[in-house]
Amino acid sequence: MIINHPLLGPRDASEFAYLGDASLIDRPDWQAENAAEAFYEYAYLRDNPVGEHRELWFHEAGDRSWLVVTRNTMTHEISKVELARDVARARGRSK
Amino acid sequence: MTQTNRLSGGQIDRNTTLNFRFDNRSYTAHSGDTLASALLANGVRMIGRSFKYHRPRGVLTAGSEEPNGIVELRTGNRKEPNTRATTTEMFDGLEAQSQNRWPSLKYDALAVNDLFSNFLSAGFYYKTFMWPAAFWEKLYEPMIRRAAGLGSLSMEDDPDEYDKGFRHCDLLIIGSGPSGLMAALTAGRAGADVILADEDFALGGRLNSETFTLGDHSASDWAAQAVAELSALPNVRLMPRTTVIGAFDHGVYGAVERTGDHLPTLPAAKPRQILWRIYTKRALLCAGATERPIAFENNDRPGIMMAGALRSYANRFAVTASERVAIFTNNDDGHRTAADMHAKGVKIAAVVDVRDDAPTSHDYEVLRGAQVTDTKGRHGLTFVEVALADGTTRTLDCGALGVSGGWNPNVHLTCHQRGRPAWNEALAAFVPGPDLPVGLSVAGAANGVMSTHGALQSGAEEAAQLLELSGALPDLPKAEDAPVAQKPFWCVEGCKRAWLDQQNDVTVKDVKLSYQEGFRSVEHLKRYTTLGMATDQGKTSNMGGLAIMAEVAGKSIPETGTTIFRPPYTPVPIGTFAGRMRGQEFHPTRLTPSHYWAKERGAVFVEVGNWLRAQWFPLPGETHWRESVDREVRQTRASVGVCDCTTLGKIDVQGTDAAAFLNRIYANGFAKLAVGKTRYGLMLREDGIAMDDGTAGRLAEDHFVVTTTTANAANVYRHMEFVRQCLCPDMDVQLISTTEAWAQYAVAGPNARKLLQKIVDPEFDISNEGFPFMACGNITVCGGLRARLFRISFSGELAFEIAVPARYGDALMRRLMTEGEEFAVVPYGTEALGVMRIEKGHAAGNELNGTTTALNLGMGRMVSKKKDSIGSTLSEREALNEPDALRMVGIKPVDADHKITAGGHLMNTEGPVDAAHDQGYVTSAAYSPSLNSSIGLGFLKNGGNRLGEQMRLVSPVTDLTVEVEIVSAHFVDPEGERVRA
Amino acid sequence: MRYSGFRVIKEALTGHEGWTPAWRDPEPKAQYDIVVIGGGGHGLATAHYLAKVYGQRKVAVIEKGWIGGGNVGRNTTIIRSNYLLDGNEPFYEFSLKLWEGLEQDVNYNAMVSQRGIINLIHSDAQRDAFTRRGNAMILNGADAELLDADQVRKEYPYLNFNDARFPIKGGLAQRRGGTVRHDAVAWGYARSADSHGVDIIQNCEVTGFRIENGKCLGVETSKGFIGAGKVGCAVAGNSGRVMGMAGMRLPIESHVLQAFVSEGLKPLLPGVITFGAGHFYVSQSDKGGLVFGGDLDGYNSYAQRGNLPVVEDVCEGGMALMPMIGRARLLRMWGGIMDMSMDGSPIIDRTPVEGLYFNGGWCYGGFKATPASGYCFAHLLARDEPHPTATAYRFDRFRTGRMIDEKGVGNQPNLH
Repeated sequence: MIINHPLLGPRDASEFAYLGDASLIDRPDWQAENAAEAFYEYAYLRDNPVGEHRELWFHEAGDRSWLVVTRNTMTHEISKVELARDVARARGRSK
Repeated sequence: MTQTNRLSGGQIDRNTTLNFRFDNRSYTAHSGDTLASALLANGVRMIGRSFKYHRPRGVLTAGSEEPNGIVELRTGNRKEPNTRATTTEMFDGLEAQSQNRWPSLKYDALAVNDLFSNFLSAGFYYKTFMWPAAFWEKLYEPMIRRAAGLGSLSMEDDPDEYDKGFRHCDLLIIGSGPSGLMAALTAGRAGADVILADEDFALGGRLNSETFTLGDHSASDWAAQAVAELSALPNVRLMPRTTVIGAFDHGVYGAVERTGDHLPTLPAAKPRQILWRIYTKRALLCAGATERPIAFENNDRPGIMMAGALRSYANRFAVTASERVAIFTNNDDGHRTAADMHAKGVKIAAVVDVRDDAPTSHDYEVLRGAQVTDTKGRHGLTFVEVALADGTTRTLDCGALGVSGGWNPNVHLTCHQRGRPAWNEALAAFVPGPDLPVGLSVAGAANGVMSTHGALQSGAEEAAQLLELSGALPDLPKAEDAPVAQKPFWCVEGCKRAWLDQQNDVTVKDVKLSYQEGFRSVEHLKRYTTLGMATDQGKTSNMGGLAIMAEVAGKSIPETGTTIFRPPYTPVPIGTFAGRMRGQEFHPTRLTPSHYWAKERGAVFVEVGNWLRAQWFPLPGETHWRESVDREVRQTRASVGVCDCTTLGKIDVQGTDAAAFLNRIYANGFAKLAVGKTRYGLMLREDGIAMDDGTAGRLAEDHFVVTTTTANAANVYRHMEFVRQCLCPDMDVQLISTTEAWAQYAVAGPNARKLLQKIVDPEFDISNEGFPFMACGNITVCGGLRARLFRISFSGELAFEIAVPARYGDALMRRLMTEGEEFAVVPYGTEALGVMRIEKGHAAGNELNGTTTALNLGMGRMVSKKKDSIGSTLSEREALNEPDALRMVGIKPVDADHKITAGGHLMNTEGPVDAAHDQGYVTSAAYSPSLNSSIGLGFLKNGGNRLGEQMRLVSPVTDLTVEVEIVSAHFVDPEGERVRA
Repeated sequence: MRYSGFRVIKEALTGHEGWTPAWRDPEPKAQYDIVVIGGGGHGLATAHYLAKVYGQRKVAVIEKGWIGGGNVGRNTTIIRSNYLLDGNEPFYEFSLKLWEGLEQDVNYNAMVSQRGIINLIHSDAQRDAFTRRGNAMILNGADAELLDADQVRKEYPYLNFNDARFPIKGGLAQRRGGTVRHDAVAWGYARSADSHGVDIIQNCEVTGFRIENGKCLGVETSKGFIGAGKVGCAVAGNSGRVMGMAGMRLPIESHVLQAFVSEGLKPLLPGVITFGAGHFYVSQSDKGGLVFGGDLDGYNSYAQRGNLPVVEDVCEGGMALMPMIGRARLLRMWGGIMDMSMDGSPIIDRTPVEGLYFNGGWCYGGFKATPASGYCFAHLLARDEPHPTATAYRFDRFRTGRMIDEKGVGNQPNLH
């Protein structure tokens, strides 16, 4: 597979390490009342879709960017690649 | 007898005579031959035995689809079993042996299987051999296994080298027949970066096997001219002997180039084969078509071949399989073979055509509306029986029979991404379906365009379209454009022992039995009968099997199913996929800067991940490793020792939010760590389980140095980047791995300070007051060399870790040894390191095994509840906090002479010894020279409250039971006075 | 019809006219007591044990394609019970015992071959871990044997003992481990289940569940609604997809695992070998092919195919371990969809929907589990309580912290 890195252009997927669903960006609030349940769901439950999947890849043998790759789990077609940091900010994460 | 079946003409070099041996007999051949053509030239028709019935087998085809003509090629440690004679390029000195026969090809003991074939029907083994149960492994299976299999491996290490490479192109063209060559000319002339790959050693594909003309040239001359033009184009790379084996994601194609298989011996340091990963913008499949057989009774004898193959052998290789040849066909292409062979002077016994309206010939007899009903000839065809249109039977004497049931497009690569081919009624064949791999198009016969003109045109058009070329297409040479319609004819009516899969011995009867027993989907058929599972992957047999299944099911072929194909297109040596990654090169070897110094000292090394670390440093006279290790421990604890700990992961953390970041990463607090101080840190995974431990030293307000364990360096770094980029993107913090940048040494023992004082530049105070336990700082050593000093201790002694830029590591180690002579300094290795950390009760990899919590490790209180850190929430789950949770404890034998075994389980002194009564387990064990006893660390249920208890340590797998006492994990200096000295 | 050597001879002498279909091809009835979704190894085994052991008479297995077409038809055929953790070992040992009696139980020769499996050891830490595991196996009533390098060498002299980057220092052997002819497992269970009255309905895809007031009443399928007292889902890699129709999110990701087979070769490998310093394990089939595999490709996928880097990685492991296979040719590669759970261990449990039960999360260890998985799922479906060997395989273990994590890598499925 080839991942079109937003900064570096097309790179072979073997340069990357895979983590999983990009929902891992949405880490719950540790002080929320339902934190225990929210963390359980965050850590363990997955949509695991057939089709479009937003997922985290780490450019380990490259520039060490975490990327959010939108990839079809049936065809492996990649439709979008973003810097995870940008996605995280867009989803309201800060410090 | 030399080359009695050699004809005139052909594309062989008659001036070069090559010697080769088959089954220990010598023969001659010419350059340009394959092993198959050379054997046929020498009148050898039978070259193997089939898988199940051990029936005689000869060459069926002239290409890589060959199921029958497979041999063991070469000898000794270069023996290659199951090698297709049809694609083996002849070289001088070639040696080949027939296989799957004993004691000889002609007299094969297991040929008896053929007599009992009725008992060996499809799937018979699923219904018997069940009683008595124990006989399966002892009797039945060994018997079956010995009979099965084909060729044998040499059992010696493969001596050849293999390599891997990467190529990129605008257009990869797969196959160099008329469509491939025309596509390459079109794209090449337009300036595109083109790779043209073909599995054959001669480019030109089918053009090399035909006698028709392209424009003013013979087909093979036109191909040669096209190749000459292409090879002169700098933007075109021709790759003969290169099989494109698979279409992978995003336009990546795998290809295997056979760089050395055609050579008698490999030149020094040259690879036998190269695995290419070809990154393409577009690809064009021009793989042509494969001729399909017709099933009839006893259609598997040596001498019965595909008609197109007979023509290839005659036209390209100037060989006939026999002086007298018959043809059995359902289409015009069979007649072309008859005409070409007749022109070469071969006697045509007759053309048997199932069609009533078949074309006739002045040169030879055509039997219209006739069918071959049986054949004879034990080791090779002698005659065929033909049922004529009028109902009478006739016998044709012939040594070879060319069979043509039409042609199937080679759609294989179009299926590699699970695309399904589509049924084409006019061709009665599967053609590429709509779901092609992205970027791939198909031209020529592979796309169902069967005429030469059509192939040329579609090659040009597809190339132009893929590259979005404007302007006119190149002029096409005038070529045959005969319309092709294929009326299917799969098998002669009433046939039973009519072979579909000739290698695996699957007959029409087997397919019918499969249907009868309910194995009706194509996949069930294949799995039940083994149809198409042989080394040729059913290239000549799948369609026939599918057609018979459709017929007995009373359905159409597309209703019955499709055949799809998986990579690789043809089998690939495992060595080729491995390339150079074998032996010592399997993984990279990481060496620390003082590796060569350690080697000079005679160190014994051990693999730690990809690192090599010194395990111990034997002195002359030491005969057992324990002597060395015990000495290293004693001397370190008595005076001073130095250990290379460069392999620990080191991560620089910088930025105004560095402290806040570490506070998030570590379970314990870091926000208030003073500059110049180091703190032990425990990192949890988000699931609350301990991930790694190490230290973080604060060199400046906005600068920390984090260390990780050797094993987890990469994981921890990745995790920290995840937290930084994905969870706290606005923190002002930067990370960089500096593991390779700094050489680091532990200097441990009561004289550690004295030793270091000799090299640390005098302006730095490293006295206990000036540089107390857990201090850290930037210093210089040896007169100005920058260094980092940490007063941390893994051994439990007064200890420092000193880091210098990697290129000074070797020099620093030598200097420490020289300066340390007055203290009798010892270097110590990972064994002594391990012993001392067990004596001190420090957890390491064996304890941080991915299932233990901070609580288990005795560090439950370190997990701060006042801040948000990774893993803290889920570490509170109920099962992780049960009262009898495992706790880390020390373990000592009651009798000091007994040994503690890591991996042993802890049981109460009384009661049963079984899993239900398991109390815990030993993680680490060592002989402690300090206590003169074997000791261990381990996890015990409710261990914190069981110190002093006696238990049984059981290790049934090593046959040990030892009475032990549970003690504190801190065997040495439990109060920690030494580290603070 | 009972299969036997006698029957084979009789049929051979009478033209094989008497063989009948191994299973019927029934149309679905309107209502069953129990419907099992998934005609793979686990689903068919469940049906067999439901009918034969638990006396259930109205059972159907519904399969969207052809039976045995999932992971039971595409795996590396290994059986073993060499597990470490208490939640696992008794279950897998139960499974191995069922394998040992399988052929007589179902009257089908699935070629259960206890040729032994050896997990190689390359470091002291690995030896410690395998010692602990071997002990756990024996304490659970299984067999285990710790070998030193010389003992391994005696059995497999052609492994790389001369030039290895990670030298072989020993091995953990389980002599009762081995291989089974994988397709025959599905067929054997199917034939037996069918003979006990189970309806096996192929080419019937589940399109939804009919759930009213929190109770599952049956399944909507491509052949219409099929009512059921209880529905059991055993669909391996498609667990997320199917349970999603019931509104459930699972602690599971679907990944691709590739496997490989070489051309047929005369016997060379007596047992199963697992490399401890790379991603490679291998055995030889009765037909002579080397059957081998390695690691996941690593990314979520339902594509049933993988990519070159893992093919290369596996073959590199093979050449590093046994350089005599260099000239054996890789014949075929394929990919299966693995239901990778969050701790690497399976789930056999009730769901929040009454009457809906789940069996999945087998990661790439599902094949060896087939008999016990079927048995325990049948037990759960029939008795509404977990089988004693499968009590740990609960959904809520992630919520409570009772993970069964053999590899110790945590909640990242592709690492298990």
